[in-house]
Amino acid sequence: MKNALRKILVGSALGAVALSVPLAAQAQEPVKVGVINFYSGGASGPFGIPAKNAAEVIIEGINAGTIPAPYNSVGIAGARIEPIYVDENSKQKVADFKKLVQGDGAQIVIGYTSSGSCKAIAPVAEEVKALTIFAVCGTPQIFEEVVTEPKYAFRTISHATSDNVGAARYIIDTTPDLASISGINQNYAWGQDSWRDFSAAISKLKEDVEVKTEQFPKIFAGQYGSEISALLTNKSDVVHSSLWGGDMEAFILQGGGRGLFDNSKVVLTVGDTAVERFGKQIADGTVIGARGPYGLLAPDNALNKWFTEAYVARFGAQPVGPSYQTAQALLALKAAADKAGSVAPEDISAALAGLTFEAPSGTIQMALAGGHQAIAGITYGTYKFDEAVGKGTLVDLKEYPAECVNPPAGVKGTEWIEGGLQGAKCN
Amino acid sequence: MLPMLTAIAIIVDGLGFSAWLFLSSVGLTLIYGVMRILNIAHGGFYALGAYSAAWSIGLYSQTGSTIALTFLLIPVAALVAGVVSGLLIERGILRFMYGKDEILMVLVTYAIFLVLEDVTKLIWGTDSYVAYQPAFYFGSIDVLGIPYTVYRFIVIGVAAVVGAALWWALNYTRSGKLLMVVIEDREVSASLGINVTLFFTVTFVVGAVLGAFGGAVAAPEISVTPGIGAEIIVLAFAVIVIGGMGSVGGAMIGAIIVGFARAFSVHVYPPAELFSIYLVMAVVLAFRPYGLFALAEGRKI
Repeated sequence: MKNALRKILVGSALGAVALSVPLAAQAQEPVKVGVINFYSGGASGPFGIPAKNAAEVIIEGINAGTIPAPYNSVGIAGARIEPIYVDENSKQKVADFKKLVQGDGAQIVIGYTSSGSCKAIAPVAEEVKALTIFAVCGTPQIFEEVVTEPKYAFRTISHATSDNVGAARYIIDTTPDLASISGINQNYAWGQDSWRDFSAAISKLKEDVEVKTEQFPKIFAGQYGSEISALLTNKSDVVHSSLWGGDMEAFILQGGGRGLFDNSKVVLTVGDTAVERFGKQIADGTVIGARGPYGLLAPDNALNKWFTEAYVARFGAQPVGPSYQTAQALLALKAAADKAGSVAPEDISAALAGLTFEAPSGTIQMALAGGHQAIAGITYGTYKFDEAVGKGTLVDLKEYPAECVNPPAGVKGTEWIEGGLQGAKCN
Repeated sequence: MLPMLTAIAIIVDGLGFSAWLFLSSVGLTLIYGVMRILNIAHGGFYALGAYSAAWSIGLYSQTGSTIALTFLLIPVAALVAGVVSGLLIERGILRFMYGKDEILMVLVTYAIFLVLEDVTKLIWGTDSYVAYQPAFYFGSIDVLGIPYTVYRFIVIGVAAVVGAALWWALNYTRSGKLLMVVIEDREVSASLGINVTLFFTVTFVVGAVLGAFGGAVAAPEISVTPGIGAEIIVLAFAVIVIGGMGSVGGAMIGAIIVGFARAFSVHVYPPAELFSIYLVMAVVLAFRPYGLFALAEGRKI
């Protein structure tokens, strides 16, 4: 009897506690945020998992209010984030997106790595009026061709034009006798756009640079024996490559084993993910990019310090480009929600358009496509293996400001390059 | 007229790529020839072989012992991966399916392939594995001034040896001859006292080991990542369709045709690289719809 009474007492006390919690939180119900990336398949190792890791670190930091200023308040506009992770490696991306928004009740969607995904999702996001922040994908086509007047779709990373204009500027600045270039890029939108922008920018920045050979292997080909022979027989001063992930790593191994990297200066626009693990296998003098000031090329600021430490402490590895890019998208969300003082998607959209915010990669401006497309600076560096510490380092870092490598508002990337990069502000 | 240098490069690159293609597809054609199963799970064996080789080479290299022994690890890793997974799948699943429609078997093996993909991810995670030590061990040699890794020539040699060994085993050993009877007519050979089930099991395991071996041999030159199995299955299928499904010699010819088509296109007209493979496939099939060396279909009454 005594026991039963105690049970009732304890039970009702617990009940009171349980009741009071939702009451207190009701004012600030958690915001459901869909976080989409490749959690399976070939892109999961280099992109999806580092992106998810970063999302976990940042969302935890936002919910606990532990991120340094200006993000040191709890939640977004006071509300906690409740993430829903969805795999991008799917044949029915549009259906997945609609289910996430309409079925699972995600108010905001963040992520997407493949340019193909972003092209497919952007119109749907507009159609179902779902605030969607693209985090990693690169093709300039999203707001230049697919959705020209976005209201709900945003992208918080600069598009691929800046990667390749930046690479071209770095090559021009560091290769005084440049006379010839070659390329090896994957045979789909990303590879083709990258090579087109790089070769066009080089031809505008320096006269009479000869193109020796343009190789377009299939994505995930893995075997580049013939291409490397072609690059060796058509010897050029510089070889440009936007291969990423496993393809890029295979290219480093196969090309390195045959002296390609000593024969030509190779620029890897997405090479940063290999630096930490490849050590001596990357030839000194290889030019490495990270699609922006990310990873090893990130600036030294308080946000970056906090992010790197939190990430390394939790996962035992350095954050790479996609980690920074995902962090950037989530911080853009917080910055916009805090500014709006609301978590209603319309209010966040209004605040995010044209916003300038801080990220571990520096200051990001939502400058293009009516304030929906970010521009950021880009940094390239040259690989050097440091015998003393037994690790790869990047030297001769050059930082190009956002206006130096991105087209002005209202101008398409390709037109800007073809027109001779008018209006670029590089100092 | 091609310059000499380009012609030589096409030959060496073509052979190098063909060797890898042959090693990666011969297991697929062997299983089809004997069992009439188009084994999509072949891609899974390839990935298992690549992962186990890269993983074991990585572990071994950390000990600081001589790299030469990693050349032993490659076949051993393939053997272990192939025998274990091949036996499990054949004894655990496929033997209950024999005699079913060929289309159904494609679906069954496709399902197994998807399971294997996830198994590799469970075991090895999503990070890439690199095990370059064997590929760099012998350095490179110049062919008319173009450096090639010695490893690539070793792979060419290994492919030739594997092809010759299979040919010899099928044509000149007692088991090989019995196997030919099984291929010709399953029911008659069973009634003659041949243990057809045993032949099926052994063939499937050998096919699995060959698939894993293709992956293990490739591992030192690539970055082993999730999804490599799905890539190889398409190429391997193209190779054995060109050569004639079920024919080991056909797989060799198919590999050489595809390998040279790709090398030729890369050196002469790079934009057509991917297209070239399917162009030769279309041309071959237009003239020989069952491939170059299709097995004769035994007439059933």
